[in-house]
Amino acid sequence: MEDLWLQTVSILSATLRTATPLVFAAMAGMFSERSGTIDIGLEGKMLAGAFAAACVAVVTGSAWLALLGAILVGIMMGLLHGLACITYRGNQVVSGVAINIMAAGLTVVLGNAWFGRGGQTPDLAPDARFMTLRPPGWEYAYDIPIIGPVYAFVIGGHNLLVYIAFAAVPIGWWVLYHTRFGLRLRAVGEDPKVVDTAGISVTWLRYRAVIIAGILCGFAGAYLSIAQNAAFSPHMTAGRGFIALAAMVFGKWRPWPAMFACLLFGLLDAIAIRLQGVNFPGIGQVPVEAIQALPYILTVVLLAGFVGRAMAPHALGQPYVKER
Amino acid sequence: MPAQPVGNAESPSAATRPAAIELRGIDKSFGAVHANKNVSLTIAKSSIHGIIGENGAGKSTLMSILYGFYTADAGEILINGKPVKIHGSHDAIAAGIGMVHQHFMLVEPFTVLENVMLGAEDGVLLRGGAGKARAELERLARDYGLNVDPDAHISDLPVGEQQRVEILKALFRHCDILILDEPTGVLTPQETDQLFQILRALNARGVTIVLITHKLREILAITDTVSVMRQGEMVATLPTKQATREHLAELMVGRKVRLELDKTKATPGEVRLSVRNLTVVDAKGVKRVDDVGFDLRAGEILGIAGVSGNGQSELLEALSGIRPLSSGGITLCDLEVSPDAPYGPAVVREYGLAHVPEDRLRLGVVTAFPAWESVVLGYHDDEEYNGRILMDRDAMTNACGKLMERFDVRPRDPELRCGNFSGGNQQKLILAREIARQPKVLVVGQPTRGVDIGAIEFIHRQLLALRDAGCAILLVSVELDEVMSLSDRILVMFQGRIVGEVDGDEADERTLGLMMANAHAQADEAA
Repeated sequence: MEDLWLQTVSILSATLRTATPLVFAAMAGMFSERSGTIDIGLEGKMLAGAFAAACVAVVTGSAWLALLGAILVGIMMGLLHGLACITYRGNQVVSGVAINIMAAGLTVVLGNAWFGRGGQTPDLAPDARFMTLRPPGWEYAYDIPIIGPVYAFVIGGHNLLVYIAFAAVPIGWWVLYHTRFGLRLRAVGEDPKVVDTAGISVTWLRYRAVIIAGILCGFAGAYLSIAQNAAFSPHMTAGRGFIALAAMVFGKWRPWPAMFACLLFGLLDAIAIRLQGVNFPGIGQVPVEAIQALPYILTVVLLAGFVGRAMAPHALGQPYVKER
Repeated sequence: MPAQPVGNAESPSAATRPAAIELRGIDKSFGAVHANKNVSLTIAKSSIHGIIGENGAGKSTLMSILYGFYTADAGEILINGKPVKIHGSHDAIAAGIGMVHQHFMLVEPFTVLENVMLGAEDGVLLRGGAGKARAELERLARDYGLNVDPDAHISDLPVGEQQRVEILKALFRHCDILILDEPTGVLTPQETDQLFQILRALNARGVTIVLITHKLREILAITDTVSVMRQGEMVATLPTKQATREHLAELMVGRKVRLELDKTKATPGEVRLSVRNLTVVDAKGVKRVDDVGFDLRAGEILGIAGVSGNGQSELLEALSGIRPLSSGGITLCDLEVSPDAPYGPAVVREYGLAHVPEDRLRLGVVTAFPAWESVVLGYHDDEEYNGRILMDRDAMTNACGKLMERFDVRPRDPELRCGNFSGGNQQKLILAREIARQPKVLVVGQPTRGVDIGAIEFIHRQLLALRDAGCAILLVSVELDEVMSLSDRILVMFQGRIVGEVDGDEADERTLGLMMANAHAQADEAA
């Protein structure tokens, strides 16, 4: 019984860790798409952010500078997307795909040129990473039955970026629904003409949204390469940007439901890891690949069957052009 | 173009006060289209000034320039005597200009309060501004009778109330000049009266009102001064007291127009189209057409009146085979249609029904196709147009040329792309295509929407001629005047149901208006 509880606690703890990059990216997608700009490039921005963070960490040895580097690269990629989609009114899906391909290619090429390890960056020392923070008194708390492990491993026991990710949800909610910027952002995603005739710049609002998305993708990327792992490896995002996008759609472009969707995907990931090599009664061992495919299968099933009528922002994907 | 404001000419102060708006030599082109040609206009302070002109005369462009939506290529704008540069709507708002757009500028999923606040939030956080906005809305509701629930979502409000929100938005920004672009298109006559009362109340408190419309009646009913635009030019400005319908119509079109139609008494023959208990449910599960029944006879025009969005479009689509029936049935000559018997546009056409759709650019023509291609759409399988293997292009071009001749489509060029014809000529092209094969039944929606007066006259005469030739015509229009002047019988639709029938000769605007708002039934419920 005790053992089962510890198993559960450890799965919950892993869930939070695997959900963290998804939460950052889902919030990024939410800000971008609420302004009416489709953000299929979450994956690419996250990957570029992860690479930037690892490089800066190798060179400077500072986790904070590394995070800053990831954020700056995220913003630059966001601005590129903005330039294509907002200023030049290009196709937002094509621009997003281009950003994904560019990030996937450039990170490997540059990584290989700079470090010569097939795109992998050198392993980082603990000082250059965001390490696990232990909550005060966790050694003693651990012995308290039931609540103790929860305190030590679920509430506590994560690195700083995990807490920032889960703080980004209420902050995002508050910005979206309780500030002037949020009101305008939601309005511009529904009907940019209304915003224009109210005397507000549609272009500037949308640029701010893609910049925020870039910042959050930078956080997600930094988490992957300098917090969860100790180096950048090629294609390390492994589709997390798309899973985050799916979670955001499943959450109907709203912060709290999107976060819960991310947690669901995180939970599946955490369980999948545990299930590897386990003998199922009557089935036997299931191939690792089949278990790893679970979150992706869930994505298809959820989006096809349970989302119902997706309530996308009305002007999503449409560049703003004054009539004529 | 008189330099003096003529509106309040009799009041001594008018001449000394600077004009609310003065436009000098405004010029604007969109590519090859010269929308405003050197337009000058003076609008007196605290007057109600009408701007009238046909579709495409440049009224909306001119007002969009004034509101900062477009920038003029040349010209000057003076507000209250001071020259201003208007680069965007924020400049216009700062100059005290408010605008009620033809298509409302409201965010549908937002509440009234959020819409009113948008762009005038008073602070970075919403909470403080929301309280003030709520108090201000209450004050405006008291002062002008503009009652709207601040917490209602726009999508739940009827159009009349949505328009009030637009006016509230402008007042909330302290505008002293209010521009209304075709404000009555979506309103019942009674709602129009209410709107005019509100406008008079605003005007009494010194707000200058600019009313853009193509309806002569409204200009005569409410304005002090009227300016007429034609083909991008300002052709006249005169006090409304000196204007008559005929004179204004002549100024708008540039030649004498006959506003009255000579209509003889109908001689209805056998029933051609019979509709029984027809119900149509849309994709969202909403009943759009609810238990509708009527008979349409040869040689009569049956008009369907109603505010747009009350099921007329869905009825048209069901009758023309585009939309499936949910229950009930249609008998078209020898064809029985029921929910179980699949049918489509090709089938109804075969049985003699022709359809002139409401939305000509979406359903009537393909704008990128040349005229001859659009003219065969729907009839492209006819032997006339087909050789043994390929389609006979010469036959199609010739047929198109003949139809253009008969229906006076200009320019008379079968190779010209449909999108490059004016609205009136596109409509004539569609009408020509549908009438050419002498249909037994013609179903026509909004035959003159966005069509110039000259073409309206022509289309109306064609419809009457077709009726006299024995065709059964179902006419759906939101223009009450049109329904009244053409129809032999009029049905009124409200929320998908038919709420009344009136004889064409006995119809008057007031009775129809009350039916369109379903006021009788509501009065009965209240009693």
